[in-house]
Amino acid sequence: MAKRVSASNVTAYYGGFKAIENINLTVEPKTVTALIGPSGCGKSTFLRSINRMHEVLPGARVEGSLTIDDQDIYDRDVDVTAVRRTIGMVFQRPNPFPTMSIFENVVAGLKLNGVRKKSILEDAAEKALRAANLWGEVKDRLAKPGAGLSGGQQQRLCIARTIAVEPQVVLMDEPCSALDPISTLAIEDLMFQLKDKFTIIIVTHNMQQAARVSDRTAFFSIEKTGDPGRLIEYDNTQKIFSNPSVKKTEDYITGRFG
Amino acid sequence: MTPTVTSHRTRPPAQPASLRARRLPWYAAPAIAVAALALSVVIVYGTGIGGPVLVIVLGAVLYLVGLFAAANAVEGRRSARNRTWSALIHSAFVLAVLPLASVVWTLVSKGTERLDGDFFNTSMNNIGARDPNGGAYHAIVGTLEQVGIATLITVPLGILCAIYIVEYGRGKFAFAIRFFVDVMTGIPSIVTGLFVLAFWVLIVSPWFNDGRPSFSGFAAALALAVLMLPTIVRSTEEMLRLVPAPLREGAYALGVPKWKTILRVVLPTALPGIVTGVMLAIARAAGETAPVLLVAGGGAAINFNPFENNQSSLALFVYQQAGEASKYSPARAWTAALTLVALVLILTIAAKLLARRNRLSR
Ligand SMILES: Nc1ncnc2c1ncn2[C@@H]1O[C@H](COP(=O)(O)OP(=O)(O)OP(=O)(O)O)[C@@H](O)[C@H]1O
Ligand SMILES: [Mg+2]
Repeated sequence: MAKRVSASNVTAYYGGFKAIENINLTVEPKTVTALIGPSGCGKSTFLRSINRMHEVLPGARVEGSLTIDDQDIYDRDVDVTAVRRTIGMVFQRPNPFPTMSIFENVVAGLKLNGVRKKSILEDAAEKALRAANLWGEVKDRLAKPGAGLSGGQQQRLCIARTIAVEPQVVLMDEPCSALDPISTLAIEDLMFQLKDKFTIIIVTHNMQQAARVSDRTAFFSIEKTGDPGRLIEYDNTQKIFSNPSVKKTEDYITGRFG
Repeated sequence: MTPTVTSHRTRPPAQPASLRARRLPWYAAPAIAVAALALSVVIVYGTGIGGPVLVIVLGAVLYLVGLFAAANAVEGRRSARNRTWSALIHSAFVLAVLPLASVVWTLVSKGTERLDGDFFNTSMNNIGARDPNGGAYHAIVGTLEQVGIATLITVPLGILCAIYIVEYGRGKFAFAIRFFVDVMTGIPSIVTGLFVLAFWVLIVSPWFNDGRPSFSGFAAALALAVLMLPTIVRSTEEMLRLVPAPLREGAYALGVPKWKTILRVVLPTALPGIVTGVMLAIARAAGETAPVLLVAGGGAAINFNPFENNQSSLALFVYQQAGEASKYSPARAWTAALTLVALVLILTIAAKLLARRNRLSR
């Protein structure tokens, strides 16, 4: 199920502004990879270019090549919606659909892609909610609006919604930044479990979190404001946090910079 | 401790020694109001310069002055300003509601005189100046058909147009469409009536009528549609823009195609606002007289067919009855006006309930 993601010479623009330049990295299947770096260095931009969400913004474009299992997702004849079904995404702020119930939110991806059969939807919903550690809390109120949950529950709802379509890669952009420590732990536990089935790439500003959950860590940085972000160092998390080979990485994780 | 008034502009006010402050007693405001009114009565009638309206206006001014003075003496300058401004805002609200209340009152009191079964069951066919009965059945039919057809035309068109502008439109073409919609918003209804008269009634309708031009309810519906379209496009556009981008991105990230995202996520989220906009447009169209007079011609008889011959409408009926030389017609005009307002009100409430039913119960 899980797939290898590899980027070679990925450069992304917002109109005339080059946000990231020449990113090269390969993410192995069934691992958690953390992207860290100072604010504005292009972590979100890189993440969004992996599932072709970058191009949703007017004037935004991506150069270079991004492959999952040797298939270039930027090929001309690739179906964008298929790419996004294969590579799911969880956003920084929870964004449940306000007009839908909890149940409808979880199965939105399936339903809007044409799955109609009630039994299939119900099974998928339960499975996804269990996987997202949310089933116990919401099983009695599935018909209630998704927007009526707490922030942490909403975020887990969005995770359930993402994994309900059974993607092979899951991208998470600071999924815990709005959450309390307990919800954060719940989501970190979740990542451990999901690792069995999915390839996970997570952006985080929390060093401990990166150290706890990830197998590999990529450090991004910019020279100065206005310069494009670059990949500075990419290695096993252990190595990055104990003995980084680039001085800048060490400065960043020890808090001397950024 | 009263902070000095002049110093707070130049330096921060000193920390008050206590959080408590002296307040006017609860009966101060009503007492000042009564005193102001009494004083005003004495002044106005004592000098004999005016009537009850002047009493109220002068009373209000005296009340504001008195309240400010009292609050200033007891509570300090800041609190006095606060009280004066709240009083001013409340009076503005009353001023704004007064005409509305008076319209409703006049409508109801004068409109109920002919609010009988006859009014809703008969037309004005063969009703002479001396006949007390006669009704607006034909006009109600006309209004419902004309506004109904106009709504059927403009709602899909207007919503699609707004979707294009918000979700797909880029560059010059979308800009041009927005510009023309803006221009259309300002077109007077008589001009749309003339346009439909020149285009539909005089040029197109002869093809369906053995070469003779014909008035019709449908022509009126077209004119109303031209009036409704810009309102619907603009209000829908605003509502669609209010839907947060993360919602769209959430759907895209699930692999949902753009058109389906719009249909199943964006539109439902914006629906209540869109419905409000549509109802405003309908209300405006239902009250239009000039275009109906120009292209449907009006008429006294019941005509169910909107595609042939004259039709009337409630607004037109009000206009014609108000100008009729019969002592019975003003009552008909009032009742028709009441009917029109009630119709729009019922439609609006029904539409809001429908839109709400689609949302989840909290
Ligand atoms: N929609 C946009 N339009 C124009 N420029 C943008 C846009 N989004 C981001 N940028 C710019 O691209 C650069 C990278 O932004 P990005 O959001 O990828 O940073 P980030 O590493 O995710 O930062 P953070 O940690 O604060 O989320 C920044 O300089 C930012 O100003
Ligand atoms: Mg970011």
